[in-house]
Amino acid sequence: MTDHILQMRGITKTFPGVMALQNVNLAVRRGEIHAICGENGAGKSTLMKVLSGVYPHGTYEGEIRFDGEPCRFSDIRDSEKRGIVIIHQELALSPYLSIAENIFLGNERTSRGLIDWNRTNAEAAELLDRVGLRENPVTPVMELGVGKQQLVEIAKALSKRVRLLILDEPTAALNDDDSAHLLDLLRGLRDEGITSVIISHKLNEIEAIADSTTILRDGRTIETLDMRNDRVTEDRIIAGMVGRDLGHRFPPHEPKIGEELLRIEDWTVHSPTQHGRVVVSGAGLTLRRGEIVGLAGLVGAGRTELAMSVFGRSYGVDITGRVYKNGREIRLRSVREAIRHGIAYATEDRKRYGLNLIEDVKRNVSAAALGKLARRGWVDDNEEYRVADGFRESMNIKAPSVLSVTGKLSGGNQQKVVLSKWIFTDAEVLILDEPTRGIDVGAKYEIYTIINRLADQGKAILVISSELPELLGICDRIYAMSAGRITGEVPRSEATPERLMQFMTKEKE
Amino acid sequence: MAAMSSGQVPTREISPASDSPPLPPAKTPSTRFSVNLRQSGIYIAFGLIIVLFSILTDGELLSPQNISNIMVQNSYILILAIGMILVIIAGHIDLSVGSVVALTGAIAAVLMVEMDVAWPLALLITLVAGALIGAWQGYWIAYFGIPAFIVTLAGMLVFRALTLTVLGNQGIGPFPDEVRTLSNGFLPTYLGNIGLGPLGGADLFTLLVGLATVAGIVGTQWRARQARLGYRQKVDALPLFLLKMAGASAVVMVVIVQLARFKNLPWVLVLLAILVLGYTLLTNRAVFGRHIYAIGGNLHAATLSGIKVKSVVFWIFVNMGVLSALAGIIFAGRLNQAGPTAGNGFELDAIAAAFIGGAAVQGGVGKVVGAITGGLIMAVINNGMSLIGAPSERVMLFKGLVLLAAVALDIWTKRRAGAAR
Repeated sequence: MTDHILQMRGITKTFPGVMALQNVNLAVRRGEIHAICGENGAGKSTLMKVLSGVYPHGTYEGEIRFDGEPCRFSDIRDSEKRGIVIIHQELALSPYLSIAENIFLGNERTSRGLIDWNRTNAEAAELLDRVGLRENPVTPVMELGVGKQQLVEIAKALSKRVRLLILDEPTAALNDDDSAHLLDLLRGLRDEGITSVIISHKLNEIEAIADSTTILRDGRTIETLDMRNDRVTEDRIIAGMVGRDLGHRFPPHEPKIGEELLRIEDWTVHSPTQHGRVVVSGAGLTLRRGEIVGLAGLVGAGRTELAMSVFGRSYGVDITGRVYKNGREIRLRSVREAIRHGIAYATEDRKRYGLNLIEDVKRNVSAAALGKLARRGWVDDNEEYRVADGFRESMNIKAPSVLSVTGKLSGGNQQKVVLSKWIFTDAEVLILDEPTRGIDVGAKYEIYTIINRLADQGKAILVISSELPELLGICDRIYAMSAGRITGEVPRSEATPERLMQFMTKEKE
Repeated sequence: MAAMSSGQVPTREISPASDSPPLPPAKTPSTRFSVNLRQSGIYIAFGLIIVLFSILTDGELLSPQNISNIMVQNSYILILAIGMILVIIAGHIDLSVGSVVALTGAIAAVLMVEMDVAWPLALLITLVAGALIGAWQGYWIAYFGIPAFIVTLAGMLVFRALTLTVLGNQGIGPFPDEVRTLSNGFLPTYLGNIGLGPLGGADLFTLLVGLATVAGIVGTQWRARQARLGYRQKVDALPLFLLKMAGASAVVMVVIVQLARFKNLPWVLVLLAILVLGYTLLTNRAVFGRHIYAIGGNLHAATLSGIKVKSVVFWIFVNMGVLSALAGIIFAGRLNQAGPTAGNGFELDAIAAAFIGGAAVQGGVGKVVGAITGGLIMAVINNGMSLIGAPSERVMLFKGLVLLAAVALDIWTKRRAGAAR
């Protein structure tokens, strides 16, 4: 019989009016890496909250067995005592405290009631060594990048004698190097006997690392795949997630490319926080009507900084360079000027920078172009409703009505609200920064289709994305950036992941 | 799928539930109901408090003179609450309004009493002074980037100090009759009295104003409803709509009839009505008002949507300064002197009114009518408890607990709504 470290049987969790989990089963073998896949809203996070005691025993039905013993956790501390540690997508580190302090937060190394700093730092150094992070334990966490912070979280978990490590989207915010390192680390931990459960949208990673994969859909277990079986491919997982073979992940598109619409020349931007540091250096690019242009680059390459500095100087200081629209030089000194010139920028972090989550769909759609709905400073709210409802239909925003609160929509539908907002500004140039981040496969397809439709209307689109397959799938031409410079430009026909990666990793000459 | 034309959004072809959270459509009505309950909770609470104190005071609370007293005695807090709700929606706070009330009252007193400036001009100068005070604070908050808590805490001290300087540490009065009438007085009897049977005589003009108000409310609501129907939006069912209108009309008419039985309308009530109407329109319908909500809801998103965040915040504080000056004049006029301790603690009453009235601590949420209701809840508690002879420490205790309960309820309902995800 297989040796299971964790068995969850018949888990059912209901919220008022909603059945979030329905008879879900999960069996994790000792010492394996077990992936959980599913679209947003499939119940992955709820399941992990049940497991870790966030939803205490008694608020759900079903049985949890860990090491063969039944578990009745009443909170997170309970589950951590048994060695189940969950690392959330939003890291829970205190930025001003040191690495060592963070590792032992709530679990302090003390002697006679006072913190034993020698022991704290020495043990932290050992743990950092185990996770392969070469940093001084007294360094404040805020000085680390996201990738290193992730490693601190894992070190923290190890300090709690973790036996089952749960990672919720651990690589979502990491660049490829950091992701690769993290996945290596998980393999290393597996060899030490630590079992991991990993929730991820990145199917290639799952394919590379997982020993088995459980797929959830609509709050039910669909199947558990043995990944050592060769026939399990990304497409096979997607088929399980969406309920059928998706066939194509990208909608077909015949581009109708017109004349040049926007040209950026010799664009240089300095960091607003680190004096004198050049973030974008002499960058130039051209966007044409009807064309979808990609911008590839690793995290820190300066893609978002380039886009935001063009968008009315939303980022950076000492910005120099020229922007031409329809061949005429334009000035973009503020966001208002950028919008007036028909430029839109949809942010990579829609919850923090893109949407007013406590307001309804209607008011988010109108937010950037309220003037269009107003006469002498007074808004026509019936017209606003009509406009928003039109977008709800044309963009297929799944919300009960445009009076629904935006924060309650799923990621994909929130993104459609963001796109509606910018389309309503009559933008001709749309800069879309990570337009499908945190969105599930089905909704991604819809976003791609919307992007295609916008291009067909003669708009110029610049897509910034960290997912190379996405850029290769939807773009007509792709620029690559590295260390603040545009290092390459490739038409779709010649673009391959390897070629782009070469440009993306090109050092300054 | 592959054959689908590229220009259209795939609607049902992709598994339909793929992107929606697992909310069955049947849930929608109950969600709406709970949202309505949350918004209307404060009005229900207001009603209950009135009923409670009516019983405790044997109906004295709703007597003609007492209703008039409640309005006149709390008008300046309500005026401050209107300004404060805008500040709080934008995600800021103003701790200085009490001191600004004192300083502007002192300025008005010096102008009118000591310098014999004609009262309309003095009034105007005082309002401008309020605007300048607001501009001073708005500059540091909006353009310099100091948190409003700090700037207005400093303002609280600075403007109190200036008040003491201006007044030379003593009260200045008396004020011209016109100013006292504005604060304390009533509209003249234009059309004489009319008999209301068992209720006795009542001022006819007041009753006519009341009827016009009711007609105005029902008329505009009806037109709004028709317009929404024209745009095929959801509206209340006709019986519910009529019930609401009947309820609102009844409340207005009860207050008006009682006021008419006492004297005519107090001037401050007329002023308040104009302010409430104007600021409700501003927050609901004006681009400026919408921008306040956008800024409070998500500052970054507002900035990246091209909203002039700094300018909006600046003008919110200018507005707060002007309203504080107005409150300062009315308060000084009511006491018939500008004193060094005027306005002590007013900022806390105004802030409490806003939060009891449903403003969110993080900003982005709140209504002018809510703030007024919050202010009236405290006014009725004050008044009702003093009528039954409760000592002031008990009044304070009760008000404190009401504030805590109101915000706790708000957070609790939000958490419950959030847990349903």
